Amino acid sequence: MKTDSKLEKILAAGHLAVTGECGPPRGCMPDKVREKAKYLEGVVDAVNITDNQTAMVRMSSFAASVIVKQEGLNPLLQMVSRDRNRLSMQADIIGAYSLGIDTMLCLSGDHTRFGDHPMALNVHDLDSIQMIKMVKDMRDEGKFQGGAEIKGAPKMFIGAAANPFADPFELRVMRLAKKINAGADFIQTQCIFNVPKFEQWMEGVRKMGLHKKTYILAGVTPMKSVGAARFMQKRVPGMDVPQELVDRMASVPKEEQAEEGVKICVETIQRLKQVEGVSGFHIMAIEWEEKVPEICERAGLLPRPQV
Amino acid sequence: MITAERKPLEEIIACVAPFRKVLLVGCNECVTVCAAGGRKEVGLLASGLHMALLQQGKSVEIREHTLERQCDPEYVEELNSLIDGADAVLSMACGCGVQTIAGRYKDKPVFPAVNTKFMGASERQGVWAERCQGCGNCLLGQTGGICPIARCAKRLMNGPCGGSTKGSCEIDPDTDCAWQLIWDRLKALGLTENYVEMIPAKDWRTSIGNGPRKIIREDLAE
Ligand code: SF4
Ligand code: SF4
Repeated sequence: MKTDSKLEKILAAGHLAVTGECGPPRGCMPDKVREKAKYLEGVVDAVNITDNQTAMVRMSSFAASVIVKQEGLNPLLQMVSRDRNRLSMQADIIGAYSLGIDTMLCLSGDHTRFGDHPMALNVHDLDSIQMIKMVKDMRDEGKFQGGAEIKGAPKMFIGAAANPFADPFELRVMRLAKKINAGADFIQTQCIFNVPKFEQWMEGVRKMGLHKKTYILAGVTPMKSVGAARFMQKRVPGMDVPQELVDRMASVPKEEQAEEGVKICVETIQRLKQVEGVSGFHIMAIEWEEKVPEICERAGLLPRPQV
Repeated sequence: MITAERKPLEEIIACVAPFRKVLLVGCNECVTVCAAGGRKEVGLLASGLHMALLQQGKSVEIREHTLERQCDPEYVEELNSLIDGADAVLSMACGCGVQTIAGRYKDKPVFPAVNTKFMGASERQGVWAERCQGCGNCLLGQTGGICPIARCAKRLMNGPCGGSTKGSCEIDPDTDCAWQLIWDRLKALGLTENYVEMIPAKDWRTSIGNGPRKIIREDLAE
């Protein structure tokens, strides 16, 4: 065991892990965080707390993680390289670990052009892979990125993202290998709608034995409506929503579309359970956290194992 | 080369309107090539200013002069005979040229007439694109001759990010994804194993991280 992370314990014990997501509010509304956390209590093993997602300013991932921790859940601190340099990252990692946050996800982050501060400077002092390496060296070597010794090194369980659907496809397995070499203990994938393409990617992953070197959590998202499906298909870069799923959402009346979206999500999880090398699920129910318990229940992921 | 674009006329007028005699100075190098501040653009701007100022009932005398290289003090000396007759200088060179004049003639106000943009290359007639950010420690040998710092919107040294789509960058379908270009080149060169090596965290001291940079060539410096 590299860390005290609950997520690591679940995965190491061979259970299918489940993570959820909580997007912090755009204002001083700590109760909003608590409310979202309540839906996920006992349903997921760790809760991703997003970091200024879609490049919109929100309550910091760090602060929301602390609130989630106070509520008794396990926060998974997301950190993007867009908003801070290596000094600030390391300071936050030490701070977070000192407050009991032991699991994190290293990302580069959406470009500022997509958010509400398109005039801001993108920092990118490090990229996500260099960030992974930094967090690993802090943990395993007890060293700051600058080389000095850390007294009381943070022992983070280190996550990274992978998008099997972005281009060039042939690079996607190699980039995963790069993240694992840098120190990614677990991976959360982009939302999977195109299962055959994901399976093809996993074939490449298994060929290189990468599923034995890291834990891969398959990302899923329930679609609320046909409008949401179309938006993700057309507007979100790197998202692959097959036309047949959009058609399926469109084929049911408006008031039944949410149920259809949940059904598709549950079916996807069932199918992905059969894929060798999938170690768990990352359920991203964006502004729809209250649906996660039902999805987990119907997908046979409850009760969560005690470790 | 360094690329630039002329500022909007209104902004330039606001700078020169308080003065009676203005010396308008172009440069024969980069800004000539990118058609922003060479002899021709100096002439065009001078007549544009004349007309606009006349319409506003103002008269400003504008003298035109284009230097061989405005970032070179040796050439800037040429202005000695003209500078006394001017209340202010309007420069059409890049920011380096503007500052060379400001450094030489300490009591003359100098205004930029162009916005200096980036170090770039010509893609085709009339189109210039950013190619280098002068990071001071060139990686092009590892990245197939494509710069990830200047050409990847997130400056990823180990890209591509999850937004790369059909060769385009996530920020804009008309912008190439630098990492797609890098990958295509590495394949063409038979150097795909270069990709597997992680490019380590950059030392930005050679770049913008260490204050203003200077090159001193002992063999040439006087
Ligand atoms: S690696 Fe640095 S020096 Fe080389 S092209 Fe890019 S920015 Fe310029
Ligand atoms: S799409 Fe390509 S160029 Fe754009 S930010 Fe991502 S890796 Fe960089």
